[in-house]
Amino acid sequence: MNLKLVAVAIAVVALVVLPYVITEPYYVNIASQILLYAVFALGLNILVGYGGLVSLGHAGLSGVAAYGVAYLLAAGYGHTVAIAGGLAAGLIVTAGFAALSLRASGISFIMITLALGEIVWGLAYRWISITNGDNGITVNSRPAPFGQPLTSAVSFYNATLIVFLLAIAGCAVFVNSPFGAALAGTRDQPRRMNALGFHVWMIRFWAFMLSGLLSAVSGVLFVYYNQFISPQALALTASAEGLLMVISGGAATLLGPVVGAALVVIVKNVVSAYISRWNFMLGAIFVAIVVFMPEGLVPGTVRLVRAAWRSAHRNRSGRPAAAPIAEPKP
Amino acid sequence: MSFWLLLTVNSITFGGLLFLLSAGFSLIFGLMRIPNLTHGSMFMVGAYLGTSFLSGALGFTLNFWAAAILGALEVAVLGALMERLLLRRLAGQQLAQVLVTLGVSFMVADLCLMGWGGDPISVATPEGLGGFVRAGSAVFPLYRMAVIGIAVVFAIALWLMLERTRLGAMIRAGVDDPQMARVVGIRVSQLFTIVFGLGAGLAGFAGMIGGPILSVYPGLDQDMLPLALVVVILGGTGSLLGSFVGSIIVGFIYNFGQALLPELAYFVLFLPMVLVLVLRPQGLFGGQVL
Repeated sequence: MNLKLVAVAIAVVALVVLPYVITEPYYVNIASQILLYAVFALGLNILVGYGGLVSLGHAGLSGVAAYGVAYLLAAGYGHTVAIAGGLAAGLIVTAGFAALSLRASGISFIMITLALGEIVWGLAYRWISITNGDNGITVNSRPAPFGQPLTSAVSFYNATLIVFLLAIAGCAVFVNSPFGAALAGTRDQPRRMNALGFHVWMIRFWAFMLSGLLSAVSGVLFVYYNQFISPQALALTASAEGLLMVISGGAATLLGPVVGAALVVIVKNVVSAYISRWNFMLGAIFVAIVVFMPEGLVPGTVRLVRAAWRSAHRNRSGRPAAAPIAEPKP
Repeated sequence: MSFWLLLTVNSITFGGLLFLLSAGFSLIFGLMRIPNLTHGSMFMVGAYLGTSFLSGALGFTLNFWAAAILGALEVAVLGALMERLLLRRLAGQQLAQVLVTLGVSFMVADLCLMGWGGDPISVATPEGLGGFVRAGSAVFPLYRMAVIGIAVVFAIALWLMLERTRLGAMIRAGVDDPQMARVVGIRVSQLFTIVFGLGAGLAGFAGMIGGPILSVYPGLDQDMLPLALVVVILGGTGSLLGSFVGSIIVGFIYNFGQALLPELAYFVLFLPMVLVLVLRPQGLFGGQVL
């Protein structure tokens, strides 16, 4: 346990000093991107990993929050109102998504969330009087919390880091809470949980809301990072990218989505510097991971390390590696 | 008056195209229990291949119908290969299969962009169908009437195939109860390949037939896939009648929505889906709850 605390402390310190080590604004910006996508992936992981509910519409949730912020700013409101309004819009749409999609689970849940995500994308694309259509909305300024303007790459990184640390700490608390355990229970044994007196639907609903909150937060970060929002951020590709982060890193682990977000953002930036075929790479990585490494990078590595550890210390028993994403029952 | 009539014809035409697209989607879903997220890609690939055959990619130019059929056959082979080589490896893992179809759809979209470029390609209306039919004061474009005719012929042929042939009986058995079908000696895994190829071929054919109306452009796959999803959620999975009625409904809503509420057309399109999900989860004609 102490070892774990030390590791966490080292990781946090490394993240805090990172922008002062790499200094180049381009790389600091990539680090900010990784953190804001990690918040998104953490939110999606609550549903995909711990709830066993694979959503293909989550970009719609962060997109609504981003559009909310951009629209309110364009309408002349201040940053506080815009951020609150964006988060509220994200949560309201999340509640709608949850109410409609949670009557199903498994494959049908994927289909319904996909269709709902496409509705939101369609609205962003076609409802030109609100969203400015394909041209998107430009955001001219970033907020200045406590008098600290976030205009430079480093200051924005620091703000994103604070949000990210809060999000991952929140996820850690959630996973170890009775609620988190109940959610994992509804993933593995929905009927048994029902028989034990748990309200399966309600547990899933609140998990969806928590997931939507994190998505909305990442949407707010996204719109301030890019200072621009267009329908592309809500497309199916964006939802699939989020899912790839969760699955490649390892669903139902705390660190998996973060590693996945880093992997996707880095590959995306490196690949797009050389070839313009990011979508092909996305698809190929997706197929390769699903076919060859369904458990993801983090649990796979953890398993290997544990096996090595165990063979070195015969009498110490490690905990079993985290389970891969639950297969939905037909 | 003629505005409404033309809108109605366009709606039925679009419904016919959607039927060709979604019949295969619905059969694949009914049999394999997965939404084939490459279905939009197959529609698009069929159209792209067809345009290449039209412009003489084989060294000689084919006529429109031959190009459509050849394109459909190629897409059918591609679909069957994908089922054999990729989905078969993941037999029984539906979630993994869905994710693989999603990944493949991105790869196909990018390959098409690489091969055919980013500009929309318009497809000329086939010889002899460029004119109009007059009925009293109303005028109907001939090609759209032909598309309706083709859709009806395919609907009847598919229905006969499913209801009257040995293969159809096996497919119905597989849809109703795959385990029991296996027990009585039907090779369900072979059916998977056949149905996947058939569905892919139908989608590819629909893509080329739709070419003169929709033209072919990058993103066509992402435009069509949600429509197929809505049709199947509306009509119910694994039901040919459901796909047919669902396609016509979606065709009407899409065209009327675009004419009357252009900004909210996409939103209006999904309203009946939401209603069906809340009120009748198994779809209008579906047997099983989605």
